[in-house]
Amino acid sequence: MISLAQTYFIEVMTIILYCLLIFVPLLLGVVMALYADRKIWAAVQKRRGPNVVGPYGLFQVPADGLKFIFKEIILPDGSDKTVFLIAPIITLALSITAWAVVPVQAGVVLANINVGILYIFAISSLGVYGILMAGWSSNSKYPFFGALRSAAQMVSYEVSIGFVIITVLLCVGSLNLTEIVMAQKTMWFFIPLFPMFIVFFISALAETNRPPFDLPEAESELVAGYQTEYSGMPFVLFLFGEYINILLMCAMTTILFLGGWLPPIDIYPLNAVPGFVWFLLKVIFVFYLFAMVKAFVPRYRYDQLMRLGWKVFLPLSLFAVVATSSILFFFNLAPGM
Amino acid sequence: MDIAIADYLPILIFMFVALAISCLFVLANFLVAVNNPDPEKNSAYECGFEQFGDSRMKFDVRFYLVTLLFIIFDLEVAFLFPWAVTFGTLGLFGFVSMMVFLAILTIGFIYEWKKGALEWQ
Repeated sequence: MISLAQTYFIEVMTIILYCLLIFVPLLLGVVMALYADRKIWAAVQKRRGPNVVGPYGLFQVPADGLKFIFKEIILPDGSDKTVFLIAPIITLALSITAWAVVPVQAGVVLANINVGILYIFAISSLGVYGILMAGWSSNSKYPFFGALRSAAQMVSYEVSIGFVIITVLLCVGSLNLTEIVMAQKTMWFFIPLFPMFIVFFISALAETNRPPFDLPEAESELVAGYQTEYSGMPFVLFLFGEYINILLMCAMTTILFLGGWLPPIDIYPLNAVPGFVWFLLKVIFVFYLFAMVKAFVPRYRYDQLMRLGWKVFLPLSLFAVVATSSILFFFNLAPGM
Repeated sequence: MDIAIADYLPILIFMFVALAISCLFVLANFLVAVNNPDPEKNSAYECGFEQFGDSRMKFDVRFYLVTLLFIIFDLEVAFLFPWAVTFGTLGLFGFVSMMVFLAILTIGFIYEWKKGALEWQ
């Protein structure tokens, strides 16, 4: 007879197995994203990009990672060493944790909770702590200013991301990510909510400190921002955390606006393709846009960045909430009405 | 109660797995890499110069201002979440009361703007 403790043990072990099933593809995704980022950037500038290690340079990123493992971890004398080491660990752990609720196909999700989008919103807000801790504990000027800038930038754009999510929720009537995707069966949300799609995309760039909003890492003024003092694996953890966040933002754009795992048109050869393939294709497409923006657009100045966030996106998304709810209300389109 | 735990247990475990993996990365680095610190290497980076002054210094008050504004607006977003989810069933009363709330907030926002709280010079 199996005791209660044993059943719990088996259950927990199954969950850990599922966790690894998310983690390994995610890590692979980050490696591919890093490679794709460099390759696309190089292609735009008519360079070759990584092409030495492995076929087409495919093993460049794992090789870099391996190199970093053998690099010394430098703990600066004036730094708060515990916090200094905890900061990258927290950054990576939080960015991975957010993926627990992302559905890649109907029913294929680790935790199908009712407050999915609220959970992602909350976890991605906590990401600021890793950066602030890194900047503060380094006890060096560049990380300190980099962290301040980065934190201010992230919180500024989080507000408009919040409002954009509200406009989507008004059309869905649920916080569950699976239901948000299913609500787009008739029409993907980027058609009726096109301006919000743009606002979300640009805010996602700013939220993940991507170019053209990579001011915390503007090397001409702040060296490498909050990660200036880091070396070895802690530095890689920041890098991974950043790219996992970027992939999360791509996945969120896909789920909120591009219909998640749904095929573009619900006809035979297209809807026979498994959902996660569509999901993956869309995420890759959004990431391609991220990479193209990095290659094309010059960096913003900090005051321009803050002006864009507070004086353009905030009023715009606030207005969009009012407009969307008014249209839904007066034309009786709201779900459950 | 049981249903809630069944829903959230995977997230808790996932969190621990993520933490463990992150720690493992750093631990592996500590075990494999050489470690020979010297005072020049461990000093704070300041473009090769000796560090002058403490790095935990005064900074622009606007950063405080931004976080304050953020708290107000993020709280408002948190307030909007339950309203947006139940929007279809709230009817006219729910719609009008939220519009009044947003109008008051917009007045506050215009005041901030005119006061110059959003300026970066």
